[in-house]
Amino acid sequence: MDKSEMIVKKELIDSAAMGRAITRIAHEILEKNKGTEDLVLIGIRTRGVPLAERLAAKIEEIEGVKLPTGILDITLYRDDLSTVAQQPIVHRTEIPFDITGKKVVLVDDVLYTGRTVRAALDALIDLGRPLQIQLAIMIDRGHRELPIRADFVGKNLPTSKDEVVDVNFKEIDEKDAVLLLEKS
Amino acid sequence: MSLKRKDFLGLYDVSKEEINEILDTAVAMKDILTRTVKKVPTLRGKTVINLFYEPSTRTKFSFNLAAKRLSADVMSISKSSSSIAKGESLLDTAKTMEVMGADVVVIRHSAPGAAKFLAENISASVLNAGDGAHAHPTQALLDIYSIKEKLGKIAGLKVLIVGDIAHSRVARSNIWGLNKLGAEVAVAGPQTLIPREIEKMGVKVYTDLDQALENVDVVNILRIQMERQESGLFPSIREYREIYGMNAERLDRIGKKAMIMHPGPMNRGIEIESSVADSSQSVITEQVKNGVAIRMALLYLLAGREIDNEDLN
Repeated sequence: MDKSEMIVKKELIDSAAMGRAITRIAHEILEKNKGTEDLVLIGIRTRGVPLAERLAAKIEEIEGVKLPTGILDITLYRDDLSTVAQQPIVHRTEIPFDITGKKVVLVDDVLYTGRTVRAALDALIDLGRPLQIQLAIMIDRGHRELPIRADFVGKNLPTSKDEVVDVNFKEIDEKDAVLLLEKS
Repeated sequence: MSLKRKDFLGLYDVSKEEINEILDTAVAMKDILTRTVKKVPTLRGKTVINLFYEPSTRTKFSFNLAAKRLSADVMSISKSSSSIAKGESLLDTAKTMEVMGADVVVIRHSAPGAAKFLAENISASVLNAGDGAHAHPTQALLDIYSIKEKLGKIAGLKVLIVGDIAHSRVARSNIWGLNKLGAEVAVAGPQTLIPREIEKMGVKVYTDLDQALENVDVVNILRIQMERQESGLFPSIREYREIYGMNAERLDRIGKKAMIMHPGPMNRGIEIESSVADSSQSVITEQVKNGVAIRMALLYLLAGREIDNEDLN
């Protein structure tokens, strides 16, 4: 669905609530992993990237440790390439460290069908053999088509399939906010 | 925005935006070539056929490897070892490949326009891997990619192509592509090996190499084909080497920042001295690596496209 043809139905989460959710997820990641040892963050393009950077900054604030952070582009691993009319643009994967033996926290903005995460898992495993892969997301909107679940969730938001959840980060968009979009 | 075409025949009819999209895609593709697992599942289930009517080592191998890195099924057919030797027409051979499920046909042929002819008559995507003296777009793209990778830009650069311009599809394709991206292109070579109206393509012409080398950023040296000397287009190999050969002294004169390219295969000691080919300014081996990345980018951009039979009209 093309976002330009949609209208904003309502703001689901404002900037302050987003900030609090990021702080909580950062604490949960540290708690589950008992600290920062062997921990790395990898954001899925596009909006998993600013979220991963925010989490890294928050974790540095809490523990004083700067986690290695990378960017994963999953385009070449998508399962719908033979059905889309035009090839999506491929960007670089930028992970300047070896993920073998690491506890990778995969970060994305929205968890929906689970197909993006499936592609991301395949892409990661082609890059090395992590000790563990965990999943952190801002919004879980349901409608899973694959047996995938998140370890860290900002907020669960049941939605209809006609709606679009649009997570905005001020690094890319105008401001921090989670919007619910609907076809105009 | 994406490459909106069934076929890729040459750089003469593609836009600047399309060229840039191919170059950008190739950056991500090149990353894959440096990983431990040098393969992605992108073109699983797609079939690529390499139809080579002319001898080729590096282009054929490069296309083969590019298709395999993307997980496509790839078959290579060459002239001597197939029904082509029994006199089957180009179109019949290609139609046979198509019926067997080819999604992309890569073609190298000695006749200019062979790729276009095929593109108009089959519904699979056609990728031109060199048609006579007409075009060799993937070589030009990998040259342009290599320049951009090393010098960071194309616009405003002075690129000199040296040698047999008249018989070179590499030169023509480079001129089309580089001009579109805003480079200043010049050619240098013996008068007999420069096509008469080449200025109309928007290039400067030099017959004096030393004059042409002033202030250049890139020197792309073409292979001199020995049979041209036999047909009298230049007097002797020795004289060619003296007047148009890239040697250490000339390399010294163009300065450390200028880069040296050659599409291969090289005649070491004729158009290019070994010390130049192996110098730190030479990107000749990197060009080969970039060729795989460029071909991966093109296969990705073409093969993912839905085959729309209306395009045939």
